[in-house]
Amino acid sequence: MRSNTFKILLLGVAFMGAGALAASAGTLDDVKAKGFVQCGVNGTGLAGFGAPDDAGNWKGLDVDACRAVAAAVFGDPAKVKFTGLSAKERFTALQSKEIDMLARNSTNTMSRDTQLGITFTGVNYYDGQGFMVKKSLGVSSAKDLNGASVCVQSGTTTELNLADYFKSNGLTFNAVVFEKQEEADAAYDAGRCDAYTTDASGLYSIRLKMTNPDDSIVLPEIISKEPLGPAVRQGDDQWESIVRWSHYAMLIAEEFGVTQANVDEMKTSENPEVQRLLGIGEGVDFGTPIGLTKDWAYNIIKGVGNYGESFERNVGEGSPLKIARGLNALWSKGGLQYAPPIR
Amino acid sequence: MTLRDKTADDSPRSLVRAVLYDATIRGWVFQGLVLVFLILFAVWVMHNTAANLRAANIPFGFDFLNMRAGFDISQKPIYYTLDSSHAQAFKVGLLNTIIVSVLGIVLATIIGFVVGISRLSSNWLLARAATVYVETLRNIPLLLQLLFWYKAVLSVLPGPRQGYMLPLSTNLSNRGLTMPRPIVGEGFEIVLWVVPVAVVLAWALARWARRRQVATGQSFPVFRASLGIVVGLPLIVFLALGAPLSFEIPELKGFNFVGGMVVHPELIAMLLGISLYTATFIAETVRAGILAVSTGQSEAAFSLGLRPGQTMRLIVVPQAMRVIIPPLTSQYLNLTKNSSLALAIGYPDLVAVFAGSTLNITGHAIEVIAITMAVYLALSLITAALMNWFNARVALVER
Repeated sequence: MRSNTFKILLLGVAFMGAGALAASAGTLDDVKAKGFVQCGVNGTGLAGFGAPDDAGNWKGLDVDACRAVAAAVFGDPAKVKFTGLSAKERFTALQSKEIDMLARNSTNTMSRDTQLGITFTGVNYYDGQGFMVKKSLGVSSAKDLNGASVCVQSGTTTELNLADYFKSNGLTFNAVVFEKQEEADAAYDAGRCDAYTTDASGLYSIRLKMTNPDDSIVLPEIISKEPLGPAVRQGDDQWESIVRWSHYAMLIAEEFGVTQANVDEMKTSENPEVQRLLGIGEGVDFGTPIGLTKDWAYNIIKGVGNYGESFERNVGEGSPLKIARGLNALWSKGGLQYAPPIR
Repeated sequence: MTLRDKTADDSPRSLVRAVLYDATIRGWVFQGLVLVFLILFAVWVMHNTAANLRAANIPFGFDFLNMRAGFDISQKPIYYTLDSSHAQAFKVGLLNTIIVSVLGIVLATIIGFVVGISRLSSNWLLARAATVYVETLRNIPLLLQLLFWYKAVLSVLPGPRQGYMLPLSTNLSNRGLTMPRPIVGEGFEIVLWVVPVAVVLAWALARWARRRQVATGQSFPVFRASLGIVVGLPLIVFLALGAPLSFEIPELKGFNFVGGMVVHPELIAMLLGISLYTATFIAETVRAGILAVSTGQSEAAFSLGLRPGQTMRLIVVPQAMRVIIPPLTSQYLNLTKNSSLALAIGYPDLVAVFAGSTLNITGHAIEVIAITMAVYLALSLITAALMNWFNARVALVER
C-alpha cells in the first residue's frame, strides 16, 4: 500500500490510542516545552510557497508564515521544524497533533473551516484557479476547452472547481487525476492531457518545469476564489490568535514601512502605531496577554521581514516566479491584504 | 485422586472436579473468555476513537456517503456524473479495481504458464529468454515498473490527431485505445441467454465423452467440439435474429474522440506492469510445480505411447497443479492488493477515487480508510475462497 495511505492509517491509530486527548490543548505550552514549532508545509515542493532550496533550507511564503510564528514565540525564526505533507495528509496531520500549525497553500473553505476540527487563521495569499494549455492547440480561452482531457491533482478544491466550471458552462471534459503534483506535471508534459489546471500561482511555477516552457500558455480566466492561509486546530484560542496576529504583524509592518533592515531604527519612531507594533513605551505590551513577550512583533520583523519583503523574496520580483502583487497588495494600494489595528 | 476414582465416585464434589478438569469444557471456557476480551477490546477501541474524535471536534459517521461527490472520474464503467454521490464514486472505484485485478490475473496467468513451461523447454534460446525475463522483471520494484510503462505508453504513442488508425475503426493514441461501442438491438438478450445453455451443453458433452472413453477407450475431440458449441450456437442464434447489434463509431471532434469506447492509457500501463510483474512469480511457481512431478511419471506415459503434448496435459500438469495452486493463490492476492499502486499513474481505482478524492473532500479519514481496508480484505477473502475450492477439487484424494 502507498506510504501516504499508511501515514493516514497511523494517524488513525493515533486516534484510537490509549487515553482521550486533553480537551483544552495548550499548544503554546507544548511548543514552548519542546522548543520548536512543528509546521506542516508542502511535501512535494511548490516553489515560492514551500520547497527546500539547493542547500536544503525550506523557503517560501508558507515557510515564512511558520518562521514568523517561531520568531514570535521564541524570538528565533529558526526554531521551527517542517513536516512535508501531501494534499491528502495535511488536515489529518493537523487534527492528530502531528503538527502545531499548517501552512501548505491550503484553500479556506466553509466545510474545511467548520467540519474538520480546524480553523483557518487568515489569508496569506489570495489565489485563483487557472488553466495552462499547449500553444499548439490554438486555444485562447478556457471556454474553448470543450471535450478536453484535463490533468489535475487529487483531493484538492481544484478538482471540484474544475468540475463546477465545466458544468456551469455546459462543457464536457475528462479529468485525469493524479495523487502527486509531479505525476500530473509529467503526464501533461507527455501529452496525456490537453490542459492542466491548478492555482494560478502554481501554474507559473509548474510551467517553468516543463521540457519546453514556451510551448505552454496560461489562459486568462480565473475560475475560482482560492484564499490560501495557515490553519490550526479548533478550540485553542490562544494559539489561534498567535498564528493570526503573526500574519497581521507582517502586514502592519509593511503598511508603516517597517522592514527587516530598519526595524532597529524604527524603535525610536514617534509614530504611535509603530510603537504599539514594536512594543515601545511604558505599558505598551500586546504580547503578554497572548502568552508572548512585548517584543513579539519586533522579533517577527527582525527574523522574517514584513509581508511585502516576504512576498517579493518568494514569489514576486525577487524570485523566478515574478508574480505581481495584484490582489495581494495592501488594502491601501488596491489589494485585499488588510490587518486590524493593534490597540 | 486418580482417574479411576472419578468414574466410581458420584459425590457432588467430584462431579465439580470432573467438570473443572474436563478438557472439552475447559477449552470452551477459555475460548469464550478470549472472545469476550476481544469484543471488549474492540468496543474499547471504538469508544475511545469516538471520544477522541469528539474531543477534537471532528464529526464521525457515514452520512457523507450520500453527499454529492462533484468530481470527475476518467474511467466510468457504470453511470456516474458530477452530481452522483460519494457512494456511487465508491462503486466506480471498486469496479475499476476489480477490472484491473481480474484482467491482470487472467493475463498474468497466461503469461506465467507460457514462460514457466518455456523455462523448462529443451530449446536453448527459449529457455534462456524466459530466464532473463523472469530474473529481470521480478527483481525491479513494481511501482518503478508501473511508472516506466506509463511513461513508455505515453511517449511511444502520438497525440489523438496523429493516432494510429487500426482496422475496425479502432484508433491508438496517447489518449488510449478508442473502439466502436456496441449498441444492443432488440432481441440481443436472447443471444445472451443462449450462452449459458451452450456452456451446459458443452459440459454434458465432455461428461459423455469421458464416460465413453472409460467404457470403450475411444477418445473424442472434446475441446474442439465444446469450443464449437460455445461459440457456434450463440452465433447461429445471433444471425438468425438478424444480427441485432450496431456500433457507435468514435469520431475525432475537437480535442479528443467522441463516442465509442476507450481503454485509457492508464489501464494499458497498469495491465502491462502488473501482469508482467506477477507473471514472473507465477512462472517460477509453474516451473517448480512441473519439476515436482517425478520424471518416472513422464517416462511411464511415454512408454504407454502418449505423445509429449498429451503427457504434459494428461499426466504432468494435473499432478503439478496440486503444487502450483496454493502459491498461485498468493500471487492472485498480491496482484489484487498491488493494484492499489494504480494511483501513482492516475488510474482511478478504489484507493485513488475513494481513499483519495473522497477522503480529501469530506475529511472523514478514519471512515474512508476503514471501508477501503474492509473492501481489500473482502476481495482477498473471496479470491482465496474460490482458489481453495479449486484446490480442493484438484487435490490428491487419498484412499
